[in-house]
Amino acid sequence: MDKIYSHPKSLHDTTTHYCPGCGHGTIHKLICQVIDELGIREKTIAIAPVGCAVLAYDYWNLDTTEAAHGRATAVATGLKRTQPEKIIFTYQGDGDLAAIGTAETIHCANRGENITVIFVNNGIYGMTGGQMAPTTLIGQKTATTPRGRNVNLGEGEPLKLLEMLAVLPRVYYLERTAICSPRSVLNVKRAIKQAFSNQIENKGFSLVEVISPCPTYWNKSAADCLKWIEHEVVKTYPLGRLK
Amino acid sequence: MKTKKILMTGNEAMAEAAIQAGCRFYAGYPITPQNEIPAYFANHMPEVGGVFIQAESEISAINMVFGASAAGKRAMTSSSSPGISLKQEGISYLAGCQLPGVIINVMRGGPGLGNISPSQADYFQATKGGGHGDYHMIVFAPSSVQEAFDLTVLAFDLADKYRMPAMILVDGFIGQMMEPLVVHSPQSTVHSKSRLLTKKWALTGAKNRKPNVIRSLFLAEGRLEEFNEELQNKYTRIKNKEVRFEADNIEDCDCLVVSYGIMARIVSGAIENLKKQKLNIGSLRPITLWPFPTDIIRKVAKNKKILVVEMSAGQMLEDCLLAVNGQAKVDFLGRTGGGISSEEEIIKKIKSLVGR
Ligand SMILES: Cc1ncc(C[n+]2csc(CCOP(=O)(O)OP(=O)(O)O)c2C)c(N)n1
Repeated sequence: MDKIYSHPKSLHDTTTHYCPGCGHGTIHKLICQVIDELGIREKTIAIAPVGCAVLAYDYWNLDTTEAAHGRATAVATGLKRTQPEKIIFTYQGDGDLAAIGTAETIHCANRGENITVIFVNNGIYGMTGGQMAPTTLIGQKTATTPRGRNVNLGEGEPLKLLEMLAVLPRVYYLERTAICSPRSVLNVKRAIKQAFSNQIENKGFSLVEVISPCPTYWNKSAADCLKWIEHEVVKTYPLGRLK
Repeated sequence: MKTKKILMTGNEAMAEAAIQAGCRFYAGYPITPQNEIPAYFANHMPEVGGVFIQAESEISAINMVFGASAAGKRAMTSSSSPGISLKQEGISYLAGCQLPGVIINVMRGGPGLGNISPSQADYFQATKGGGHGDYHMIVFAPSSVQEAFDLTVLAFDLADKYRMPAMILVDGFIGQMMEPLVVHSPQSTVHSKSRLLTKKWALTGAKNRKPNVIRSLFLAEGRLEEFNEELQNKYTRIKNKEVRFEADNIEDCDCLVVSYGIMARIVSGAIENLKKQKLNIGSLRPITLWPFPTDIIRKVAKNKKILVVEMSAGQMLEDCLLAVNGQAKVDFLGRTGGGISSEEEIIKKIKSLVGR
């Protein structure tokens, strides 16, 4: 009998520390499947963020470094420029990539660094206890927007970083995906594979955004989170390829 | 041994030394008075197949260095005071992740934007940690262009050896002034490629081995304390082995002057002058500011006047006070904000101390 599905070699066999219904574990696994399928495990170097995924190296059977909060793409630049033949990817939350690390993200993209960025947008700061993220939706309640995010109170609009990056000529690939159904998960995997393949082919800066559920700080059941993404989040963050 | 003599500014000399030491990655952001350093790398890194990046900020630059260092390459950044403040989190991460890296601070006057004239007011920041957590850098304080060159090479060696950040702390004077420099041919330096340390911990892809992980996060109970003990043991080894200083007539003088960097050059002029006037003055010049030459100062401090001269409101002064430990009175002469004590001012101060 042929074996058609198994535990990815790039993923350690261990117990998860993520909350039930969290998207991080799924995205970790998809990345590892892609790395296995592309046969690049032994030359891939991962950069873990500061955020809920700070312990990503406990899951990935890959050379991995931490990076200071928001600085993953700067660290990636140092790693890639000194070892252009290696595959370098960052894994970053929305606070990490689109708030404290905005400058690093934009300038890394603008230089056209040949790296892969996996951008996990859960609309919240998970690790620090559910505060507003730059991507928090209007009206969404968080620890620091207890009455719901309100533009009129100067709390800002949900930041559309991909749309901002799309204007940069050296950015090669941008796609926004979401985890909200089995089918959508397969689509996330396809996009991640594309982003890694681009790097292998020296195409330049590739970024995949994955809208990802956070039942704990969205105050919703895991199932309701998926519905919320499918019906609400996509209104602000339409899915699809931007570049 | 093949050597040649050339004329260079301190800034250029440090950049050239880095290249000769095998540094192949530089990232930085422009700020006066150190702009000659990135310009030198922009010109010369391509010639040796190295990488030069003008980063979007000092924060980004230090984190790029973090990445290049994690790749096992010799990497550095440079800046001046305000930019070095921005790098502090990154330096703390280098220390916490036990990654080597060299940082040059060509100090200018502060606080705030201050001005661009030479200063020594970042001594506390450099020697006491600067960023968060219990860590140190090895801090070198060259007082000539030649020494700036030699100590930069040494900084790369020691950063690799101890897996930690090292800083070259110079004032704008040393950075900007031109002096003759003897450049050793690469074969004669220890830093030729074949002698670079192999870094088994580097991130090169987990091929035929378990993954290497670079991290400073230790969540398991007691684990971070254990890690800090390891770090402190390393710092103790460095304190025992790596203290460097230059001493002149320190045992039997009536007054011992402690100063570093460009200030030590002015002090030595003053002491020469006073010698002719039959005054018995000694000089101690720390070459490493951390580890600080505490023991030697403690040993000779008794029965003499001690004078500390700095281009600050008195920062190294505190380490001298700790070293002297109450055995003698410690006086201070210092100016801030770009002011530099002249030879005459120093002579006058020393004379007032020894009653002449
Ligand atoms: C310089 C700095 N500022 C703040 C923090 C605290 N902090 C840790 S994670 C985080 C936000 C994480 O949110 P996000 O990037 O969206 O990732 P998530 O935890 O939601 O996966 C913050 C503010 C830090 N570690 N370092």
